Formats: sequence, structure tokens, C-alpha cells
Amino acid sequence: MSAAPSDLALFWAGVIAFSILVYVVLDGFDLGVGILFGATRDTELRDEMMGSIAPFWDGNETWLVVVGASLFAAFPVVYAIFLSAFYFPVLLLLFGLIFRGVAFEFRGRGGPSSIWSAGFWIGSGVVAFVQGAAVGAMILGVTVKDGQFAGGPFDWLRPLPVLTGIGLMFGYALLGAGWLILKSDTRLRDWAYRRAPFFAAGMAVSLILAALLTLVQAHGVISRLVERPWALLFVVVCGLALLGVLHGVKSRRDAQPFAFTALFFLSAFGFLAAAFWPYMIPYSITVASAAAPEQSLSFLFWGAGLVVLPIVLVYSAVVHMVFRGKLRITGH
Amino acid sequence: MELDPLILSRIQFAFVVSFHIIFPSFTIGLAAWLATIEGMSLATRNPVYRRLFDFWLKVFALSFAMGVVSGIVMAFQFGTNWSELSARTGPIQGPLLGYEAFTAFLLEASFFGIMLLGRDRTPRWFYFLSCCMVALGTMSSSYWILANNSWMQVPLGHSVVDGKLVPEDWKAILLGPVQRIRWPHMLLGAFLTTSMCVAATGAWHRLRQEAWEESHAMIGWGLGLAAVLIPIQILLGHFAGDLVRQYQPAKFAAIEARWHDEQPAAEVLVGWPDEAKGKNLYALSVPDLGSFIATGTWDSKEVGIESFPKEDHPPVLVPFWSFRIMFGMGLIILGVSWLGLILRWMGRLEDHRWLLWIIFLSFPTGFVAVLAGWFTAEVGRQPWVVYGLLRTRDAVTPSLATPEVLASLIGYILVYALIYGFGVVYFYRLFRDGFTTKTPAATGYGFHMETAP
Ligand code: HDD
Ligand code: HEM
Ligand code: HEM
Repeated sequence: MSAAPSDLALFWAGVIAFSILVYVVLDGFDLGVGILFGATRDTELRDEMMGSIAPFWDGNETWLVVVGASLFAAFPVVYAIFLSAFYFPVLLLLFGLIFRGVAFEFRGRGGPSSIWSAGFWIGSGVVAFVQGAAVGAMILGVTVKDGQFAGGPFDWLRPLPVLTGIGLMFGYALLGAGWLILKSDTRLRDWAYRRAPFFAAGMAVSLILAALLTLVQAHGVISRLVERPWALLFVVVCGLALLGVLHGVKSRRDAQPFAFTALFFLSAFGFLAAAFWPYMIPYSITVASAAAPEQSLSFLFWGAGLVVLPIVLVYSAVVHMVFRGKLRITGH
Repeated sequence: MELDPLILSRIQFAFVVSFHIIFPSFTIGLAAWLATIEGMSLATRNPVYRRLFDFWLKVFALSFAMGVVSGIVMAFQFGTNWSELSARTGPIQGPLLGYEAFTAFLLEASFFGIMLLGRDRTPRWFYFLSCCMVALGTMSSSYWILANNSWMQVPLGHSVVDGKLVPEDWKAILLGPVQRIRWPHMLLGAFLTTSMCVAATGAWHRLRQEAWEESHAMIGWGLGLAAVLIPIQILLGHFAGDLVRQYQPAKFAAIEARWHDEQPAAEVLVGWPDEAKGKNLYALSVPDLGSFIATGTWDSKEVGIESFPKEDHPPVLVPFWSFRIMFGMGLIILGVSWLGLILRWMGRLEDHRWLLWIIFLSFPTGFVAVLAGWFTAEVGRQPWVVYGLLRTRDAVTPSLATPEVLASLIGYILVYALIYGFGVVYFYRLFRDGFTTKTPAATGYGFHMETAP
């Protein structure tokens, strides 16, 4: 248990952390736009919202598959425990992703398009909530026996996870608003500008409440923070990032809200990593104890890690370049 | 049959994966076909290719989206319902799925956006390249997932350490004898599925006397490709059967519904295997043919199911019939494609409306064969999930309780009924509207993206 993780295990833990971040920022803005979609009935705004993410959502969502598959590959025990511990949340996540994904294709095709529109924003909201709730549940810890999950199906349904779930819904909504501000130059942009401060406040309040609850309930995290007081720096950066968002909204600099929300997510993630390390499943499975054998890790390293991942980053950037700038959709 | 988490998880897995495979078997072929006609359009500037492309792109977009959302479900099933399998075989299955995600899913999903909305924003060569990347992604996806499944069928190149399966020889895992046959068999299955759909669409327009140029091209491309591929596919199927006989003799006996050892062995053509009684009802069989199919000699000894320990018996009814259904579909594709092509060369296809009807009605043959093939392979592998190493009943997530799996299974059935029910309606509308759409240069989503001035 106390053994130090191998270099390859560290490398893959790093790749997974990186992929989670990429996922959270990229699919976060898709999901956020999805949530915002539910906040208006104006079809023109709705169409433009969907258009602003239509070329990206599939590639963005795939980073979630990358996270899942890399976990399965490099830390199979974590993959097994995490998914069985969150059986129902994962089910909801998948249903949410299904409704979100088919909405792009189904909405314009007649029939009950109100079902698909509702599915789009409810699905996006559910996905955001579940991901946030999973973080809260991890802070509280997961029951593990003999390398398998040994708790009940509703262990995760407690006040702290609910708060973090709501917090992430606000957070993604903020990211989505930032995206719309970035990609639009029509009245949609003003619409998003007006709402961004509200989402920032909602997120801040739910996270502060969650932090208070953590102080009372989650001793594992607290004792780790006592050991690593520097982790609180991340909290400071989070606060500054939120101020940056508000400043961007006030001064109407179109790129600033999105960039600072992304910075917020980055440092929140850094904080969580500092609070959990070296555990992957708090507080029973460490990076070292969960790592797949070296043969598996090195097989992945030489191909996927060293060659494919950089290529992926290049062409992902190319795809985003193709659709750069303010977008308008035409010709329905 | 008691409803325990095991049986419910099995039903759930079979349900979601069966829905999933319908879309890959169509999109793998379609992606390649779209790349091909975009290339033809670049090379010949013949406008018919562009019209074909615009139409099939819409079909592709719908099918791809449904393939992706049903695929995401699959990626998490291993952990939610088969966590023992994941924990024990993760060191081998994980890297294979990991490579699939890194090399295939990211590639196809990223360039999919360009394919759908990027035509007016990119140079033609880049658009063509994007189509090729999507096709490449779907094909490599099938490689990795088949490598994974081939290893589960015939595990090679591993050792057992503390109950976990650890890779020792990646070359054997990636390019073992089974994978070398089964991957091409699956890939051609996907190409055949798409060919038959393309030909059927052509025949349908021809029957309605519309879209002459397009339907001519579709019938030609579809039937032509099917006619070339189907003999290869049958040969690959024959090799696949050889491998089953060699590595999974109990499955082979189940496919043949052979209960006792026989020498020489008869071949049961059709019948009703009765698993409780251990014999075939209403069987129509040919003496000695079973030996010939298995070994090419007329008097070899072939093992029956009863020679295996009771706890290793696979189900018989499903592998027996699903194999025959796949085989039958293969014969139908062979007959339809060759007959159609011959009449077309003679310039007489138009005179035979019955044949156009048959081509039209063969659109599901590929789907049925692919599904039946998977049922043969997977049900025949039981009671093992990793053949000879891990039983299905030991692979299920230990913490699962019956109500949980029952709830998730019902949830999947309801959600899929809604989604796929409407999916079918939308597919139907796309085909009905065919080439008559009002917006001439449509993108996959029916709108264009413009950069604001
Ligand atoms: C022979 C091919 C084949 C087979 C047997 C499977 N798949 Fe699949 N899958 C594909 C071929 C494919 C594809 C062609 O790559 C898809 C299908 C439709 C599509 O649009 O991409 C896809 C999509 C797809 C996605 C979404 C990828 C994305 O986000 O773009 C996931 C996560 C999976 N699949 C996972 C699985 C798993 C875990 C399977 C095993 C049980 C499985 N697939 C069987
Ligand atoms: C996509 C085409 C596929 C189809 C239609 C299919 C079909 C099935 C069916 C019908 C079963 C249930 C067998 C039974 O319980 O009697 C099954 C089980 C299973 N298959 Fe597949 N399969 C497919 C692909 C795969 C692939 C590619 C993998 C692995 C990479 C896989 C892994 C499994 C596992 C883990 C089980 C669980 C054990 C069980 O349910 O019995 N399958 N599959
Ligand atoms: C007509 C002659 C054919 C024969 C003799 C044949 C033989 C086989 C055999 C023995 C298997 C089981 C392999 C295993 O258990 O590992 C199989 C599987 C399969 N077949 Fe066929 N097949 C034929 C035609 C077709 C056609 C026409 C298609 C599709 C269009 C098809 C698609 C599949 C698929 C998708 C599988 C499951 C994947 C696999 O196990 O490779 N087959 N086939």
C-alpha cells in the first residue's frame, strides 16, 4: 500500500488528470450551453445555441470515453470500483448523454421536437449534476472490501454530493455562457452577458456551503489539507478567477469570462488533486496499488501516450481552428 | 429461471450491445463509401457523386449519432455490471479499449464535425481528408474491439498472477490467429451491410421511377461491391469455423447441435435442438457431411456436447440457429448480388421488376447476418466470459442487487424504445424524401456555419 507509484503509473495518472480537465472544460461548455438552452423559449436563441456547439460536441464528449478507457487500462481496479459504486449515477449520466446527443439530429426533423428540446437541456443538466455529485461522494469516501465496491446503491445520495452537483450545474452554465459570449455577436451574446454573474454567484454559494459541510463531515480531506496547507492557494486562485469572470462581464471583453472560468476549473481540480493524493478512490485505493502491471502501462505508453496523444492534440486544435471566430448559422 | 443480478446483467448487456452493433455495421461501411464517392467526385467532377454524397451524408449523420450514444453506454457497462471482469482482465482489455479511444474514437468524432458542417469552410482536399479520417477511425475502432473480443474468445499471450490476467506477449494478443480471421470477417460484414443498403435504396428509387442517375450508380456500386466481397466473406467464415473447431470445441458442437461423439458425423441441416432432452427434434440431417464440413474428409470423428463436463455446456438452440441464419443471409447476398449484376450487364435489370423488389427487400440481410454472427460467437462462448479462464457468473459486479439491475434494464428498454423508435421514423423520412430535398447543398445538420463579418 505504501509503495511509491512507478514512473509509468505516474505518467498515466497524469494523462488521466489531463484528460479529465480537457473533458471538463470542453464538454463543460457544451453541457453548459445545453443547460442554458432550458433557460429560454426563444427559438432563434435556441437554434443559435445549438449551432455554436454542433461541430464540437461529439469530439468533446469523446474525452469522457478517453478518461474511462484510460482508467480501465492503467488503473482497472479504480474503473471497476468507481463504476459499480456509482451504478445509478452512471446510468443517469448515460441517459443524459443519449438525450443530449440525439437532440442534434432529432430536433429539426419534425415529430415531437419538444421532447428532444426538453431532452437536450434536461439531459445536459442531469449529466452536469451527476458529475458534480460524484466529486462530492468521493470527498466523503467510498466503501471498498477486497478490491471491490461494498456499499449500497444510494451511498452517494447525501447532502454534500447534492451541493457539489448543483455547484457543477452552475459552473457548467457559467462556462456555457462564456462560450456563447465568445462565439456570438448577436443578441445571444447580450443574453449570456446578463446571466453570467448569476451563475458565478450560484456556483460560489453552493461551493462555499459544500466546503462548510466538508469541514464537518469529511475528515479524510481535512487531515490531508492540514498536511498540505499550500493546497489552499488553489482556493485563492479560484476566488481570483471568479473576480476575473465578473470583470470580463463588466468590461465586455468577449474572451475573458470563458478563459477565467476555465482557470477556475483548473485550480478547483488542482485543489481536489491535492486533497486526494495519493488516493484514487478515497481513502482505500492509491495510485500505486491500483496501477496495472508494467507490461500494460508500457504498451500504452509507447504508442498511445508518446505518439497518438500529441497527434490528437494537433488535430483537435485544427478542428477548432476550422470553426474559429464568431459563428452564425444560416439556411434552415 | 430466477431473476438474479447475473441473468439480468447478461440480458442488459446483450440488449444494449445488440442495439449498438446495428449502427457500427452501417456506419463503418457508410464512412468508407462517403470517402470513396467524395474522392470520385474530386477526380471526375461528375455531379451525380455530389448528389449521392449529400444524401448519404444525412443518413450517415443520423446513424453515426445513434452509434455514438449507444457506444458510450457500452464503454461503461464493463465497469458497472462486470466489475470482476474489469478488475481481473483490465490489464489486457483496458489497453485495447484505451487504444480504441485514442486512435479511433477521437479521430472519428473530431473529424465528424468537419464532415457535417465544414464543407464551405475548408479547401476541398481537406474536406476529402476529413472524410478519410472518419472512415479510418471507424475501421480502426473495429480492429481494436475485435482484438479485445478475440482475446476473450481465445485468450493467448497472458499469464495469471494473483487471479489477475497479465499480458505477456502483445503480439499474440494483437495479431493472434483468431483476430487475423475475425477482424476481416467483421469488417467485410460491415461493408456488406452497407452495400446491400445502398443497392436496396437504388432499387427502391428505380421502382418508383425517379432519381435515374443516382439509382443507377447506387445499384452498380452496391451490388458490385457485394458481389466481390461475399465470396471472400464466406471463405473467411469457413476459416472462422475452423478456428472454433480447434479452440472452442464445445461451441463447435453446439453450432452443429451434435450431442454425442459421432464417426463419421452427420450434418444437421435444420431441426429443433431440445436442450432438456439432449437431442434434436424434427431434424433433417445428411449422413457423413458433418465430418466433411469439419475436416474435409468423410469419416473423421467429431465430438458431441455430452463429452464435455456438464458445467461447461454452452446453450445449443441459439448458436445452432443464429449460425444458420447468418449462413442463410450469406447465401441470399451471394445470389442477389450475382444475379443482379449479371442481368445488369445484359442491360435487362429494368425489365425485371421482381428482381428490383428482391434487391430492395434484401436491405436487412447484412444487419441480420451481423447480429446472428455475434449471437453465435457470444452465446456459444458461454458459460465462459473469457474462454476457459473466467466464468460469466464470476465476472459480475459483486455489489449489485436484483432491484438495481432490474431498474436499469427497464430504464434502458424504455429509453431505447423511445430513441430508436423515433430513429426509425426519421430514417424512413430521409429515405422517403430521397434526392428531392428543397435545400440543395445540405450539410449534415441542415444548416450552415458562417463566420460573422
Ligand atoms: C465492429 C465494430 C464495433 C463493435 C463490435 C463495437 N463497436 Fe462501438 N463503435 C464502433 C464500432 C464497434 C464505431 C464504428 O467506431 C462507432 C459506431 C458508430 C459510430 O458512429 O462509431 C462506435 C461507437 C462507440 C463509442 C462512442 C465513440 C465516440 O464517442 O465517438 C463507444 C464508447 C463504443 N463504441 C464502445 C464499444 C464497446 C465497449 C463495444 C463492445 C462491447 C463496442 N463499442 C462494440
Ligand atoms: C457488437 C456486437 C456484439 C453482440 C451483438 C454481442 C452479443 C452478446 C450477447 C448476445 C451476449 C450474451 C450471451 C449470454 O449471456 O448468453 C454477450 C455477452 C457478452 N459479450 Fe458480447 N456481443 C458483441 C460484442 C462484444 C464485444 C466486442 C465484446 C468485448 C469487447 C463483448 C463482450 C461481452 C461480454 C463481457 C459479455 C458478458 C457476458 C454475458 O453477458 O454473458 N461483446 N454479447
Ligand atoms: C455464409 C457463410 C458464413 C460462414 C460460414 C460464417 C461463419 C462464421 C462463424 C463460424 C462465426 C463464429 C466465430 C466465432 O465464434 O468466433 C461467425 C461470426 C460472425 N459472422 Fe459469419 N459467416 C458467414 C457469413 C457471414 C455474413 C454474410 C456476415 C455479415 C454480413 C457475417 C458476419 C459475422 C459476424 C459479425 C460475426 C461475429 C464476429 C465474429 O465472431 O467474427 N458472417 N461467422
